[in-house]
Formats: sequence, C-alpha cells, structure tokens
Amino acid sequence: MKLGYFPGCSLESSAREYNESLQAVAPLLDLELCEVPDWNCCGATAAHSLNHKLALALPARTLALAERAGFDELLVPCSACYSRLAATRRDLLANEALRQEITSIIELDYVGSTKVVSVVDVLGRAAPTIRAKASVPFLRKVACYYGCYLTRPASLTTCARPEDPQEMEAIVASAGATPLDWAFKIDCCGAALSVSRTATVAELAGRIVADAAERGAEALVVACPLCHTNLDLRRPAIERHRGVSYALPVLYITQLVGLALGLSERALGLHRHHVPVRFAPGAAAPAAAPKEN
Amino acid sequence: MSSASHAAPHAPTFPERVREATGESVFQCYQCGKCAAGCPLAAEMDYTPNQILRLLQLNLPEMEEEALRALSIWLCLTCETCAARCPQEVDIPKIMDHLRQESRRRGLVHPKAKDILAFYESLLASVRKGGRLHEVGLVASYKLKTGHLLQDVLLTPQLLQRGKLSLRPHKVADTDAVRRIFDRCDAAAPENKADHA
Repeated sequence: MKLGYFPGCSLESSAREYNESLQAVAPLLDLELCEVPDWNCCGATAAHSLNHKLALALPARTLALAERAGFDELLVPCSACYSRLAATRRDLLANEALRQEITSIIELDYVGSTKVVSVVDVLGRAAPTIRAKASVPFLRKVACYYGCYLTRPASLTTCARPEDPQEMEAIVASAGATPLDWAFKIDCCGAALSVSRTATVAELAGRIVADAAERGAEALVVACPLCHTNLDLRRPAIERHRGVSYALPVLYITQLVGLALGLSERALGLHRHHVPVRFAPGAAAPAAAPKEN
Repeated sequence: MSSASHAAPHAPTFPERVREATGESVFQCYQCGKCAAGCPLAAEMDYTPNQILRLLQLNLPEMEEEALRALSIWLCLTCETCAARCPQEVDIPKIMDHLRQESRRRGLVHPKAKDILAFYESLLASVRKGGRLHEVGLVASYKLKTGHLLQDVLLTPQLLQRGKLSLRPHKVADTDAVRRIFDRCDAAAPENKADHA
C-alpha cells in the first residue's frame, strides 16, 4: 500500500531512529512510504501560540503538496505534527472563507482530499501481518504511552476510548509483547516546555516513568518523537528530580515491531537512545502468562 | 426612557472578541473545575483554567488584563485534557491560544513566561529561515535570547556521538514560498509578528 509520508523536523535529527525504524519496518508490512515533496515544518506549539493564521498556513502547505502528489493518505509519525495537520484539515474543510484565505496565503490549491493518519493507525491495520511475520516475538511486559495527541481531541483522532485507549496495546500484543495496565498512558509529558522549563518536564515525565517502572514494565513504548525526548533524553533530569534512577528503556513502537519482525538493533537505531536498550536475560514474560492487574 | 441606549452599537466586549476569534463562549463554563482537576500544570498555575474563564466572564477591563498577565496561559501545554473532559465542551486550549496572542500583542506577558516565549520565537525564526526547524540553530538562538548559555551542554557530546544533531539545517527547496507565508501571516496580525525577526 502506497502512503504519502511527512516525517517532520524531529525525524531528521533528534528522532532519526524513529524514521530509521519506520522505514525499515514499512516494506515488511507492504507499506510504501513516499515522502511529500518539499514538505515544511508544521509550526508546532510555537505557531498556534503566537499567530493563528501561521498555525493554519504552515500545515496547509504540506497538506496541499501531499494532495497535489495524489496521496489518499498522509502518514505523520510525530503526534504533534499529526495533530496540527489533522486540525488544519478539519478547520479548512469546515470554513470555506478560511480555506480560500489560507490557499491564497500558501499559493496552492487545497480541497482536503488527503486523509491524515498516524503510525498507530497504520500499524493497527497491519497487526494481522505483524502477528503472522513475528519471527522473534517480543516477549516482554511493556507500558504503552499515548501522551496527548494520539487520543485528543477525540473528534480528530477518532480514538474509540480516549480515556483508556487500546490501539497501541493491540499492536504490541500482535508482536508478542504483554501490555500492562497502568495509570499514565494519556498524561502529558510536557513536550512544549522541554527546553524552556525543564524542571516542569522532569516532574511530568518523571511521573510517567515512575509508574511504568513500578508496575514492572520492561520498556515504555511511544509513538511520538517529543514524548521520546522527554522520557529518554530527559532521563537525567527526571532522575535528579526524583532522586531515583530508572533503567527502563523507551522504545518507539516501530522499533518494537521491528525487533519482532527480526530486524537488527542497528537497523532500528536502538544504539541512538540515551537510556540503553537492555533487557534482563530470561526475564521475558511468556506470551501465555496471566495478564497483570 | 428611550430604548435606544441598550440597542446602540457598542464596541465588542472581550468575551465577544474571544468568541469572534475562537468560536468559543466563555459563558458556557459553569465553573465545575473539572479542567483544573485534570490539568497537569494546575499546581504551578497562578490561575487554574476555570479561574481564567471566570476572569473573562466578569467582563471587566481589569479582570481581562489580569487574565492576559497570567502565567497560566503560557504554562498551558495544549495537552487537550481539559477540552476532552469539559462537560460544557468548551475548547479551553483554543481560548488559551487566543489569550497568548493577545497577551503578547498588548505587551502583558508574565515575566516568568519570557523563556517560554523566547523558545517559541526562536523556533519560528528557524522555520522562517529554512522552512524546517533546525534544532541546533533553535537551541543556539534560544540560549542567546535568554542567556541560558550552559543549559544542556552536557547532553551535546552524546547527541553528536549518537548522530542526533545535524549541524547543517535541512531546508525546503522553496524557502521563498515559506518566507512569503510568514510575511502574509505577519501582515494579517502586524503586532503579532511570528518571531520578531
């Protein structure tokens, strides 16, 4: 299946292993990723905080370029970009005058024919293939972390259970993992304040890491580069803040699926993480083990 | 008494202007506090989200200014939890966006929010220049703006070693097209230039 692909800025640098693992996994799941020609930054929280028109125009340019390239669907792996693009599409489709104003700002036509989808959407559809091809099942207990924009606003994400989503759990289970029940799967990691208010992030991301660790998770699983930065790269700040050290690695969901499909750690970029991706030998949860409460 | 007074045209009130800009009515809020209960930053805020809405509901110039001077509006992470749980379906994050823009336009930004604003401005300056965010350039410009020169320097060597910092920016081919987008959006809101570049 052919998908338009908008990697977003983080996947070109600080989250390059998310891009690497997604690109490595895609062909094994019969997905062809076609990068949108000349895509630009979505503007993120900065744009919608400072300039309303810009917050619509920046995502609209990429949406229009994707539409011009003829994609039915546009895969957006970063949750924040996903939310900005999906919200822009919704707002422009709902307001004809606004659509006309923005298309004249971006100098491109846009009618909204390309749908915006997340990595969780795409891997969810591929779950039967993952199950069938999982030659090295990932027999570990994991905590699936959604953060904000994979579930909210529910009108955008069409998430069936926004307060207790299960989509990532279904994907990791298809790769052999045992998803745990835990308390912080939809809590915010503090993304927008990672640089400008690191102490706040240490508190918010710290709660997430601590709860996952206390429940016996062997890995946190994420589908957003900003969540990964705060849970992985910000680990020293979290540990200083809480006075506890946590060995818990943070995997992109594409890395977990890739491991189950038999791809190498190198190909999936596991060596790029701050928290070493190591697991206790023999501590793997057998697939048939009873589910934790 | 003539009834002309109450029918006479009046300058739009602040709640009316919020509604015009966001489509949201602050009067929908009945102060249940569910937003504050779920807000991850309520504990650090000077006014909880429902209290910000109360300030706006009062529709008095000094209360409106109090809301625009609040640290809360800059601490808001747009995590959408409040909006997801609001029984009245008030899109509080959308209102917060508008308040941030108004606060900056009117020079009322809380002193403790200067770093947050500097980060957003640095980010948009980077995007204006190359069409894509250059993380190294963003952090450098943020440090110069705020004077936090040593922040995160310990992370730099390991980021470089892991291939996670690209020293050269990745740019769009059509940088002029992106610049024109910024120029037009700035022209639409001249006091809210995206990045003060």
